[in-house]
Amino acid sequence: MKFGVIVFPGSNCDLDAYYLIRDILREPVEYIHYNEESIKQCDVIILPGGFTYGDYLRSGAIARFSPIMSAVTDFAGRGGAILGICNGFQVLTESGLLPGALYRNNHLQFRCEQVFVRVENNSLPFTRSASLGKVLEMPVAHGDGSYYAPPELLYVMEKNNQIVFRYTDADGNVTPAANPNGSIENIAGVCNSRGNVIGMMPHPERAGEKLLGSRHGLIIFKSIISYFQNREVV
Amino acid sequence: MAESKLWRELGLTDREFELIVEQMGRKPNDVELNMYSVMWSEHCCYKHSLSSLKLFPTAGERVIQGPGENAGVVDIGDGWCAVFKIESHNHPSAVEPYQGAATGIGGILRDIFTMGAQPVAFLNSLRFGDLTSVRNRYLFDGVVAGIGGYGNCVGIPTVGGEIYFEPCYGGNPLVNAMCVGIMPIDRLVLGKAGGVGNLVVLAGARTGRDGIHGVTFASEELSGQSEEKRPAVQVGDPFLGKLLMDATLEVIEKKLVSGVQDLGGAGLTCALTETASRAGTGVVVDLDQVPLREEGMHSFEILTSESQERMLLIVEPGKLKAVEEVFKRWELQLAVLGEVTDSKMVVARHHGVTVAEVPAASVSGGSPVYNPESREPEYYRRLADFDPLILPAPGDYRKVLLKLLAAPDIASKEWVWRRYDYMVRTCTVQGPGGDAAVIRLRKTGKALAVSTDGNGRYTYLDPYRGGMMAVAEATRNVSCTGAEPIGITDCLNFGNPEKPEIYWQFRQAVEGMAEACRALEVPVVGGNVSFYNEVEGEAVYPTPVVGAVGLLKDLHKHCGISLRRKGDLLLLLGPEVLSLGGSQYLKTCCGKVAGGLPEIDLETEKNVQLLLRRLIDEELISSAHDLSDGGLAVALAESCISGSIGAEVKLKEKSNLLLDLFGEGPSRVLISLDEKNMERVRKLAGDFKIAVCEIGTAAGDTLIISCGGDIIIEVKVSAMSAAYKEVFSCIME
Repeated sequence: MKFGVIVFPGSNCDLDAYYLIRDILREPVEYIHYNEESIKQCDVIILPGGFTYGDYLRSGAIARFSPIMSAVTDFAGRGGAILGICNGFQVLTESGLLPGALYRNNHLQFRCEQVFVRVENNSLPFTRSASLGKVLEMPVAHGDGSYYAPPELLYVMEKNNQIVFRYTDADGNVTPAANPNGSIENIAGVCNSRGNVIGMMPHPERAGEKLLGSRHGLIIFKSIISYFQNREVV
Repeated sequence: MAESKLWRELGLTDREFELIVEQMGRKPNDVELNMYSVMWSEHCCYKHSLSSLKLFPTAGERVIQGPGENAGVVDIGDGWCAVFKIESHNHPSAVEPYQGAATGIGGILRDIFTMGAQPVAFLNSLRFGDLTSVRNRYLFDGVVAGIGGYGNCVGIPTVGGEIYFEPCYGGNPLVNAMCVGIMPIDRLVLGKAGGVGNLVVLAGARTGRDGIHGVTFASEELSGQSEEKRPAVQVGDPFLGKLLMDATLEVIEKKLVSGVQDLGGAGLTCALTETASRAGTGVVVDLDQVPLREEGMHSFEILTSESQERMLLIVEPGKLKAVEEVFKRWELQLAVLGEVTDSKMVVARHHGVTVAEVPAASVSGGSPVYNPESREPEYYRRLADFDPLILPAPGDYRKVLLKLLAAPDIASKEWVWRRYDYMVRTCTVQGPGGDAAVIRLRKTGKALAVSTDGNGRYTYLDPYRGGMMAVAEATRNVSCTGAEPIGITDCLNFGNPEKPEIYWQFRQAVEGMAEACRALEVPVVGGNVSFYNEVEGEAVYPTPVVGAVGLLKDLHKHCGISLRRKGDLLLLLGPEVLSLGGSQYLKTCCGKVAGGLPEIDLETEKNVQLLLRRLIDEELISSAHDLSDGGLAVALAESCISGSIGAEVKLKEKSNLLLDLFGEGPSRVLISLDEKNMERVRKLAGDFKIAVCEIGTAAGDTLIISCGGDIIIEVKVSAMSAAYKEVFSCIME
């Protein structure tokens, strides 16, 4: 299997994802430039964090028009595995591959800190190695991370098990204090109805080494690797 | 117009104008006069500081490039080098805090990647007036937002810094930004326009009317009319800055350019004259080729605009196409302005005629160097004679400690640094909140430790000793992580040097810093002087800020300030030379900035740092924390809060409690260690002739300080933490 990391103008967490996959997980990985038209036989696509086009309009609103996004959309339609992190999550909501939207943080400030998230759905390719309710520690670093979906949509998403992560305290309790940005129902990550595309505001690629504070982010990557290993065996 | 003494309006003296005429061999036209005026401004030519800056030691085994280029370069082994510099953006931030700070970050970033280095960390050093004022809160909030706005977007982590609040910075905040980069040594490119016939290429943003005469604005005192100078403040575009950085680094890596210079202060004029002058060449450029943001720009505007996010590249004609391809990948435009000549002249044409023809070396290096008059200020001896010990002792030391922990100078700056992305690039091993940040170097197993420090109150009370202390503290902070300081960069923020009392402060401070650098064997490889930090004739405290960079040979051995294990012994390293003069206690609890500073013995300072690094290298200690503002009591509290562990500390009997708890003195470090290492630590301390005092143990969830059986302070770590951490959200939200 091979990972592809999309590089938009203004992406800046592309190298963090790249290094984690190459140096810590020791899996094949390559960058894919936003002007390319194919995802080059990659099995997993990562839309990294950053400030695509400066986020001068809405975050992710311009990046979604990049040439590579048609290939990404096709890939999603074929059931391909796609992970959007932070700004990548915003690109995915802007392009309609994920439901809902990400608003300015409710306190109006950029926020960089360690948070805890609880795994709400462990049946996905990206979460299958985690136990349900597992609390993961990883950082957030964003200004526009307040997740929103209207009540009728949220209802459908809940029913379809599309809420993947919620912000909690260290013990897994969903509390207002644990919510770093005012996200509705403490939502930190969601998936599409098919479960192959997920987006999350926290940075699992920054939580891959004890030296940097936490290794909990690895479970996301290890899940998708094991998903492919099992599939290949089959 | 020259007849109407335009030079005076442009900030040049009559004598300087005569010198220009002499060097040119004729009278300059208006365009040429504008070019001279920006380049001969204090900001660009250091005419009042150069004679003092020569005192700094700038050479060393590791130094690859000292002052004079865009940034200093120091060898860090394995074929790699560190590139770093600190610079001020005070005046722009005083009138437009967000953009002033943001463009300060953009400017220092360009200084680093211009040399070919990948930027890996930002730090900053900030000073504001009292936060009780709405205006000061606006400036503080705007500056922090601007630093984050630019730094977060370009994806370089902001890993450290320091912030102080004093009434003297009210109208003139200080915003000093530092950037650190790394690169393979053979990649280094300099800002030289070498090779006759090579193309002079402008990359990046279009040129507009922003920042015209920004450097002149930076070289005068602020006044009630300074708001009118808003047009002199540039506007930043971090998105473009990031693309420009990536593209520039790529053409340097591929060896497609022979010289690179960023456009900052004094814009195109500075870039053209400096690159030509450094190479001993000339350039001829056509201003019609400069992509403009608006129509009808005058030649002098194009030549002096400080529009951000622009780079000057010197390219061999055969490599132009390859350079264009790299820039096109990121949708960036290039414009070929002209070529390198052997005339030693910078020639600019516009609309088909020559509008300026100036000798490069004269514009960029011909300014006069002044030896300003110096006079000891009246306040100096008066304040030095004040004896803080005549003040009544406080009744409740616990209250004093909590008050100090909640003083904005000392309180946790988390409210600030959580607005900065301090971990992007996943190399931040130790982020903000400690003595120094630690950034790993991938593959080598090594790390850089970086810190910025400066104490304006100290330098005000005693510029000479304060200057020494700034160097000592910055390097000590780096040593507290286990790293060896290998170079410093400094930002010297002072008032108007044409006033003898201000120049005295400046000269004394530089002499003190230089002496400390020599004693600690750490070279100054670059920096910046910011004069005229005055509002309505009132100067800020003389504020030298030191940015220190250290090399940690084994990153896994890095040390932090947090207590790590209950039962660990607490030791105080260093001399017992203490004073309340200039202390945070005196300021916060007595409202006084007065008294003599404690003495600093540089030999002891050097040995304390050597000892620390040895202790960390032998993995003998669990934590190390430099004693600074608030003395021993605050250092203990900070190590407790950071580690969420309490401590039981016994002060020796018959001590002067106030002095022992809150007195400040240099060369002192609090360490914690496993008891089994005690003997070895004592032995090494003896070898380095450093005094060791066992003061207690890490224990429980409370800090208990007693003396002769009496408990002096007993306070829960959680209570200290609340006092320490909630200050800024209470003030600012």
